Amino acid sequence: MTALLTIAALEAGYVRDLPILRQVNLSVMRASLTVIIGPNGAGKSTLIKAIAGLVPVSAGTVTLDGADITGIRPDQMGALGLAYVPQTDNIFRHLTIRENLALVLRRVPDRTTRLDELYALFPPLAAKQADRAGSLSGGQRQMLAVAMALSGRPRVMLMDEPSAGLSPKIAAEVLDLTRSLTAQGVTVLLVEQNVKQALRVADHCYILAEGRNQLDGPAAAILSDPMVAEIYLGGKRVGAA
Amino acid sequence: MIGLISYLAFFATMAGILAIVVLGLNLQWGYTGLFNGGVVAFFGAGAYGTMILGGRPEPGQFGGFEWPFLFALAGGVLLAGAIAWIVGILTLRLRHDYLAIATFGVAVAFESIARNAEWLTGGAKGLRGFPRPLEAAIGNTFVYGLCFLAMVMAVLAAVYWALQRLVQSPYGRALRAIREDEVAARSLGKNPTRLRLQSFVIGSMIMGVAGGLYVAFYAFVSPQDLAPILTFQVWAMLIVGGAGNNRGAVLGAFLIWGAWTGSGFALSKFAPAAMQLYTGPIQYILIGTVIVVMLLWRPQGLLPERITQRFTKTASKVGTTSKGAF
Amino acid sequence: MIQSLVDGILTGAIISLGAIGLTLVMHMLRFANFAYAELLAIGAYAALVFDVLFSGLVPVLDTAFAPLTLSGALALATIIAMVITGASAVAIDWLVFRRIRAKADALSMVFASFGVALIVRNVLVLIFGHSAQLYSNDIAFAIVVSRDPLLLIKPDQVFVLGAALALMTGFHLILTRTTFGFALRAVAENPALAQVSGVRLSTMITAVWMIGGGLSAAAGVFYALTNQITPVLGHNFLLPVFAATIVGGIGSVHGAVLGGFIVGIASGLALMVLPSGYAPAMPFVIILAVLLVRPNGLFGRDES
Ligand SMILES: Nc1ncnc2c1ncn2[C@@H]1O[C@H](COP(=O)(O)OP(=O)(O)OP(=O)(O)O)[C@@H](O)[C@H]1O
Ligand SMILES: [Mg+2]
Repeated sequence: MTALLTIAALEAGYVRDLPILRQVNLSVMRASLTVIIGPNGAGKSTLIKAIAGLVPVSAGTVTLDGADITGIRPDQMGALGLAYVPQTDNIFRHLTIRENLALVLRRVPDRTTRLDELYALFPPLAAKQADRAGSLSGGQRQMLAVAMALSGRPRVMLMDEPSAGLSPKIAAEVLDLTRSLTAQGVTVLLVEQNVKQALRVADHCYILAEGRNQLDGPAAAILSDPMVAEIYLGGKRVGAA
Repeated sequence: MIGLISYLAFFATMAGILAIVVLGLNLQWGYTGLFNGGVVAFFGAGAYGTMILGGRPEPGQFGGFEWPFLFALAGGVLLAGAIAWIVGILTLRLRHDYLAIATFGVAVAFESIARNAEWLTGGAKGLRGFPRPLEAAIGNTFVYGLCFLAMVMAVLAAVYWALQRLVQSPYGRALRAIREDEVAARSLGKNPTRLRLQSFVIGSMIMGVAGGLYVAFYAFVSPQDLAPILTFQVWAMLIVGGAGNNRGAVLGAFLIWGAWTGSGFALSKFAPAAMQLYTGPIQYILIGTVIVVMLLWRPQGLLPERITQRFTKTASKVGTTSKGAF
Repeated sequence: MIQSLVDGILTGAIISLGAIGLTLVMHMLRFANFAYAELLAIGAYAALVFDVLFSGLVPVLDTAFAPLTLSGALALATIIAMVITGASAVAIDWLVFRRIRAKADALSMVFASFGVALIVRNVLVLIFGHSAQLYSNDIAFAIVVSRDPLLLIKPDQVFVLGAALALMTGFHLILTRTTFGFALRAVAENPALAQVSGVRLSTMITAVWMIGGGLSAAAGVFYALTNQITPVLGHNFLLPVFAATIVGGIGSVHGAVLGGFIVGIASGLALMVLPSGYAPAMPFVIILAVLLVRPNGLFGRDES
């Protein structure tokens, strides 16, 4: 297995001279599921946004399959085979479901067949395709967001807390779906607060705190690490299991 | 010689009055980040208010109460403040550009009233015959001109001094904090909307003071004096001088007023007769160009604000490039 | 009463056309653009220039489509004026607004837009003079639709209303039927998400200026066709188009259209009780009323 996405000594932030991420290193193996965990405000979303080109990078590199993609324009992501599911506001509420999908599919050559495939993957979306996306339930919104990200058959999916705010059952379904993507060859970098659940499905795990790498290792090892269990799995915040 | 001195006194009086307006705008825009698109209305409210309360009675005309100058001036200033308060209450809690639009609207509405409500404002011909303070006592027009200049300079100095005190106090720091980062200011327990409203009203009242002085100077006011170009001139003065710096505001007022009168004089003297009709537009283009070029080339003005260099302002820009909604 | 209503509807259609682009620009670039209404004047004068040019080159184009005063030359000139005005809007953005966007805040943009408006308006004065001009010296006879109550309508007015509605319908179809339209709406709602969905922001900004410039040019020509062309044409529409965007809610195209008609009709009706000198202030009264009752406009989204 080789690394498909590599992040080396990355520094990025919203305000000049005030980096949120400091010397972050990370590599994601091809067709694996890598999860990033860490406390609120650790910089997990900032890391994903820096990869996507939404946050300016001041130092370090992002490499995709050997090519340097540091500081790309966000609209170029799709062409590189990257897709991104933001943590919040990840669908266009005022557009219908069909319009949301048509928008992301407009550069896809076989858009009609792809649309059918996506509807087959997410039947609830097909049933409501003429409705405004803002009228969807939480789980259906995440479905639409994932469908939009999948539309261009990406090589790499960046997903920021896709299970946040969902009921435990739906959250588990979303994580299973994420897992199943890797079986189809998609590489996934996932940010999660549902630490226990995420570690069960993930291959590898990075822990980020205060914008720096804290710890990383195979998900199973992290899950059984007594110190991690103490800090991240014992607290009431993770009582989801 | 006397002619030259009178002319210089005339020039300096007008520049001083405008400098007071610019100081008022500096409190709003420079220190609090509030856009006033209708400077002329607040200036006009001070002018008409003072005229109506302190002017001589005319048949068929409301007003002409012959109040003593200071009382009439206070009335005009309160009128300017009241208009600012109403506009501010309605717009300051909204998106920042609502204030810009509403104040621009105030100026348009004010001009409509000045032109049409003849019973109140004299309509297009305006109101005349203001008893200039102490004119009878001093007598000599030349000496009176100099005395009036001294009074304007005294008021300018007083406004300058008061504003310096204000902006250097904790209150002034709170205003700047709101300008730079409303969320942070709120989390420090400041009430941004109330502070903004206060700053807006005080700034507009200062403009009203200048309007009152203007009426006392010319003893006359008409819609012609409230042409929208005045708003642009005052802005150009502030942006050339340096927003957020009271010395810059005063400097800008004298510089731009000098450039304005100078260019008007040069055009009327040297431009071909056929072009005389177009001296106004040429001067307007110059003012517009000064505003745009300064914003592009040196947005901090000739005398930049010293304290913070607007660090957070440019900095927060980075965050808004991608308009992070997530 | 009926006459004021009909005149108000006509003015309203012109305001609506002008407000569509403004609401998009204000929403996407997040500043109140006081130079926007000058696009109406640029459009009206550009059409005048090309109208004269075409009539001179191809005299047959100069004949009016009776009973309208509109000639083939003017129709062609209008289309060219729409393109030129759109291009001017893009050029102004490149020369001024884009540069200021890159280094300063939204208020500096508002400031700069006033400067740009002043420059554009007075350059028009220098080129075309202060006096009013007309596309056609033919007298446009009004048709008496009804004598009691008296209702006079000029054929040109009917044409203008129809053409304005056609343009608005066309734009509505673009917004709701094409992926380009989806992209425009997507950027308006959530620029960051639109970007990661593959929409290039700078392209969309250019597109919005082109659309806004084109529709404004049409509005300017339509106004000039039923009234006259003066350098203050744009300036006189500034407050009405702002009022329309605020009534409709900043960012809402349908709101801007409805807002335009509301402002036009309300101003028309108000003139039945107020002297005409107060007409310029009417949009301001409407703005105040909206801010008092419904600050985010009829279709507005909470912006905070
Ligand atoms: N748009 C922004 N502008 C400025 N600072 C920001 C912005 N978004 C986030 N931050 C700051 O960056 C830091 C990291 O935030 P980030 O959203 O990356 O954290 P996170 O690890 O994703 O947290 P959470 O678990 O709550 O999603 C925080 O201190 C936050 O305040
Ligand atoms: Mg996050």
